[in-house]
Amino acid sequence: MKTTVKKSKYSKKTYLEWYRLMLLIRRFEEKTLMMYGQQKIRGFCHVYIGQEAVAAGMMSALKPLDPIITAYRVHGIALAKGISANQVMAELYGKVTGNVKGKGGSMHYYNKATQFYGGNGIVGAQIPQGAGIALAEQYKGTNNVCVTMFGDGAARQGALYEAFNMAMTWKLPVVFVCENNGYAMGTSVERTSNVHDLYKIGAAFDMPSEAVDGMSVETVHEAFTKATKHARSGKGPYFLELKTYRYKGHSVSDPGKYRKKEEVQEYKDIDPVKVTEKAILSQKIASEKDIQKIKDAIKEEVAAAVEFAENSPLPTPEELYKDNYVQEDYPFLD
Amino acid sequence: MSRIITLRDALREAMSEEMRRDENVLLMGEEVAQYNGAYKVSKGMLDEFGAKRVIDTPIAELGFAGIGVGAALNGLRPIVEFMTWNFAVLAFDQIVNGAAKYLHMSAGQYNCPIVFRGPSGAAGQLAQQHSQTFESWMANVPGVKVVSTTDPYDAKGLMKSAIRDDDPVCFMESEVAYADKGEVPEEEYLIPLGLADIKRYGDDVTIVSYNKMMKVAMSAAEELAKDGISAEVVDLRTIRPMDYDTIINSVKKTNRLVVVDESWPFAGVSSEISHQVQRYAFDYLDAPIVRVNAKDTSLGYSSVYVEEYLPNPKRVIEAVKQAMYV
Ligand SMILES: Cc1ncc(C[n+]2csc(CCOP(=O)(O)OP(=O)(O)O)c2C)c(N)n1
Ligand SMILES: [Mg+2]
Repeated sequence: MKTTVKKSKYSKKTYLEWYRLMLLIRRFEEKTLMMYGQQKIRGFCHVYIGQEAVAAGMMSALKPLDPIITAYRVHGIALAKGISANQVMAELYGKVTGNVKGKGGSMHYYNKATQFYGGNGIVGAQIPQGAGIALAEQYKGTNNVCVTMFGDGAARQGALYEAFNMAMTWKLPVVFVCENNGYAMGTSVERTSNVHDLYKIGAAFDMPSEAVDGMSVETVHEAFTKATKHARSGKGPYFLELKTYRYKGHSVSDPGKYRKKEEVQEYKDIDPVKVTEKAILSQKIASEKDIQKIKDAIKEEVAAAVEFAENSPLPTPEELYKDNYVQEDYPFLD
Repeated sequence: MSRIITLRDALREAMSEEMRRDENVLLMGEEVAQYNGAYKVSKGMLDEFGAKRVIDTPIAELGFAGIGVGAALNGLRPIVEFMTWNFAVLAFDQIVNGAAKYLHMSAGQYNCPIVFRGPSGAAGQLAQQHSQTFESWMANVPGVKVVSTTDPYDAKGLMKSAIRDDDPVCFMESEVAYADKGEVPEEEYLIPLGLADIKRYGDDVTIVSYNKMMKVAMSAAEELAKDGISAEVVDLRTIRPMDYDTIINSVKKTNRLVVVDESWPFAGVSSEISHQVQRYAFDYLDAPIVRVNAKDTSLGYSSVYVEEYLPNPKRVIEAVKQAMYV
């Protein structure tokens, strides 16, 4: 896989935005794991470390109101879609100041203002929903494209095949994105199908599909630019298989023993945060000082998020009955 | 001779013993083989039985449940593990329209001897989609049987019966109880489906419960004893067919009933019990039946919500006192 940046094709602003977002996600997730260790965070917790280039390269290619829907490995995309570090961390703490008032925790973040349809905990469930969000955009005559993200494991759910077929038939403005990090819990891609190249799934539907180096933020950006252009022009769906990697276990409770150390190292060697930092400096896109400023700001942002979460109040028990129905006086059973 | 083992070991022993006994029994599900089970229930089974009989599936609940149904129709006895029953929702078509219906549709030609198993109920701060209780959903369907327990002794004996049963059985466990320990004999034994068990004898009030809520019911009974209230605690163990006799006989003795049921109150296990008891023991009741359910809402992540949502000993004690007018 080639990941080195040869010449700077993009502006200083773009590079620094990529770097900033990737580093924010990385530092935020590291802090999340630390706070989980201190039992401040409970339940399932899946971090995004290693996959940051997907979020960054994608965001720079999208319009602000392009909808995104994804699965439970969602902290990074939540931050990318404009939910503040404070709100993401407070949610992990189960505090009322969290993104969804402590109702969702690690797996469920939403932001209607930026069209973020959040984190779904049922593997694959968001795939047809993403097509449906796209249908509504098409119906309303907007120019938005819905990015529908899912893992390699989710690609085995029947819902994907049904959704791909309808989305192609109806030419829905959707970009399907498989974040192929090689594993679904302890199960490698190779063990779940005869077809190891997931992008090939699109061929059965004549859906334009390609495999992309998901560790390179530039490559991701280019792939999304092409895919969204296609979907925005009314030609229908596009399918990107982004080859990426999660450095940690599936969730905090998974030691990840099914992988060889060398394999993990192979990907750490092409770490998107490091590679981008190196590219910025070696190509003199920005100065050491610019980078340091970003590092300091993020360190502060993450520390402030923890402090905010710590100092926030818990929700009241009554909150449990709110938002179950839009009808406010719904007669719950005793 | 008996020894103390965990629920997960008890379940594994049951499955392994039945697989040794009958070569047509096999286990399939996500992460059951190489990973030794998401909750380590099937630990070591791949090593013993090989990949032909302990099968890792992709994440495709509808597909592998259907493959299980087909295999059962054609002479095998599959055990299909769902990582949790929340994910079995994707497979309900195969359970409800398939497994439950073949015998009837084929006028007795095709039975479907399959076990669908996995944890049911809330398991900590897992939020809306991972915290649901499925006993009442599945027990609503004629054609399937439903077992639900976290007691290691009961689980082993019932699992063996479920595997040998010629009808489809939905078997419900609990993530938070897999490490619970209990006395389990070394010798083989079976517990027939459809029998409740009185786990504590008493005279003043009957408390009926099942699965991990049994722990809540038992600790409430212990507390109540300190106040001089003697509670009889009935563990349903099998939800369908339900052992109405044991419940009704107990109510005839105590004249009061509290049902502790993690399912939602609307059309839940507790509603069914309440109906049967008012129907067959109406004259024996000294007070309206009181039930303690999960709250009639979705479960959020925060610890505050979990605390509010689930039945706990305090709520059970209050319910008992309400039923006793004290
Ligand atoms: C329908 C369903 N089945 C099983 C699970 C349990 N589960 C949660 S994540 C996961 C693995 C998914 O892997 P993948 O799609 O590759 O995403 P990744 O975790 O690698 O981001 C499984 C089996 C679930 N949440 N939903
Ligand atoms: Mg994966």
